[in-house]
Amino acid sequence: MSAPDNDVLLDVQHLKVHFQLPRKNIFAKASKVHAVDDVSFQVRRGTTLGIVGESGSGKTTTALAVMRLTPVTDGSMHLGDTDLVALEGEALRKTRSRMQIIFQDPYSSLNPRVRAGAIVREPMDLMNIGAPGDREGLVGELFKKVGLRPEQQALFPHQFSGGQRQRIGVARALATQPELVVCDEPVSALDVAIQAQILNLLRSLQAEFGLTYLFISHDLGVVQYMCDEIAVMYLGQIVEQADRISLFTEPLHPYTWALLSAVPSADPAVRDRADRVRLVGDPPSPIDPPPGCRFAGRCPFAEARCVAETPSLRTIRSGHAVACHLVSDDGVPPQRRR
Amino acid sequence: MSDAKNTTPSNGSPGDVDEIFVEHPFRQFVVMYMRNYAAVAGLFVFVLIVGAALFAPLILDLDPFEMVDAPLLRPGEGGHLLGTDNLGRDLFVAIIYGARVTMAVGGAAAGITLVIGLTIGAMAGYYRGWVDEVLMRITEFFQVLPPLLLAMVLVALFSPTLETVAIAIGVVSWTGVARLARAEFLRLREQEFVKAARSIGARDRRIIWLVIMPNALPPLIVNAALTVGIAILFEAALSFLGLSDPNVMSWGKLIGDNRDYLLDAPWTITFPGVAIFLTVLSMSLIGDGLTDAFNPKLRER
Repeated sequence: MSAPDNDVLLDVQHLKVHFQLPRKNIFAKASKVHAVDDVSFQVRRGTTLGIVGESGSGKTTTALAVMRLTPVTDGSMHLGDTDLVALEGEALRKTRSRMQIIFQDPYSSLNPRVRAGAIVREPMDLMNIGAPGDREGLVGELFKKVGLRPEQQALFPHQFSGGQRQRIGVARALATQPELVVCDEPVSALDVAIQAQILNLLRSLQAEFGLTYLFISHDLGVVQYMCDEIAVMYLGQIVEQADRISLFTEPLHPYTWALLSAVPSADPAVRDRADRVRLVGDPPSPIDPPPGCRFAGRCPFAEARCVAETPSLRTIRSGHAVACHLVSDDGVPPQRRR
Repeated sequence: MSDAKNTTPSNGSPGDVDEIFVEHPFRQFVVMYMRNYAAVAGLFVFVLIVGAALFAPLILDLDPFEMVDAPLLRPGEGGHLLGTDNLGRDLFVAIIYGARVTMAVGGAAAGITLVIGLTIGAMAGYYRGWVDEVLMRITEFFQVLPPLLLAMVLVALFSPTLETVAIAIGVVSWTGVARLARAEFLRLREQEFVKAARSIGARDRRIIWLVIMPNALPPLIVNAALTVGIAILFEAALSFLGLSDPNVMSWGKLIGDNRDYLLDAPWTITFPGVAIFLTVLSMSLIGDGLTDAFNPKLRER
């Protein structure tokens, strides 16, 4: 094992999550939704990996699979030296304290019948964090850390605003003192002004506790602000993965171009650029997808072999991988034909 | 009612410590309930009947089976408020004593209904898969059996005591609660706070009973109120058919005993009938009020 590997906190290899659909009749072939199809990535300790993609690309399913909140069909996942896929029962329950999740919707992620203080205290009681007598103090400290007042512990979730609720969600996630925090679109449901507050809070907490984030988002601006490395997902597969700088300056995959082109801009020069890629149509159905590149149907450059062969994720240069037949080995992106 | 005026939410910031008490969900719940006058009336009638059932026999110390006067006296005749029945028993006393049985059997049957229905519905909705399939097929099996017939068979098979009657009613009427509980569990188990509970290390049992159940209860409590009403009707039907403890006075039994005199002495059947009607109506109104009180959309901001 080489030295940099020791730095890897989360190692996911060939992860597949397929959902069986009910048969239409007893003779029909059972269909599967390929929500996540052969996804591999690593997150280094103390860094943030962003996963971006449009709705239905499998980002959230990937996050839930890592948290073992949805059944894993195939593949391996390691948190440090712990094999996450093999864990079951009590061992899995105990390991959950090392990884926590912040959910997208601050309204449905807090139990409406439990007071804020109890929500943050519950993980400590269940995971035996700290001495029982100290927990009250720990909860108060966490409230301060996430920017809430300790007196607010007695309130119920519906008495908080969306941003405050998300802060409670962050405090709950930190209560077990986790190594990995999965952020599943933590700011998508919030106002823009509040988004910035929560993102800054997440960044300062990362610096303070040395947290590792797996950050799911559909907002490239947010990802650019938060992440060290970024993986772009399309229909259950990673199509491009790179560090933040190269992804934003030299995107290789046509889908990444399209995503970057879709970022709204007030600058007419950017807005009316000739090489803007506009996507038409919808992504194909993830139910029993055909072979070939899944983006081929919407790709302006698609050729015959794109439909025939499934492109694999190739490393073009250090830290930059892409799954596209048309990207040359020295990293020249596909040209618009004629 | 004045209570409702004093507890309108103050408009301080959410951090106001005072507001914790004002905005406490239970308090809000009471305020909402009190706004529904029909529900308050229902509660009043219900409390009156329960109070009569509990305390009147202690104060009066009478025997409802005692033949006190000539049979079939009109209401008021011979000092009997509601008259007498076919055996010369005081109808008023019989109704007061009958309330005890009706309430006890109705309540116990509703309790059994809830326990069976909640457990089966919770398991089916939470575990899904084959557990759900098996439990729902069992539920459907009970649903297709005619409930009154099944209850009659159960009471006839075992001894016609109050316990048997309550259990029989519970056994034939839990299916609705089970389906409702299953639906609520199916809905709630996908909520993010349930996933959160799992990821902070809560075990299945905790998630079912302490995380999902409290959130699933509101529609089930409403249903429970209605179930009490249905169980009371059921008990009356069974007693009317003579399938209840013959040594215990109940409203259904009064109607059953006097049905031959329907045309000559209609009051002997009307008064127990009115008692059943009022009780079931009060449960219905209470159920309505609970629906409103649990519905956050009706609460003013």
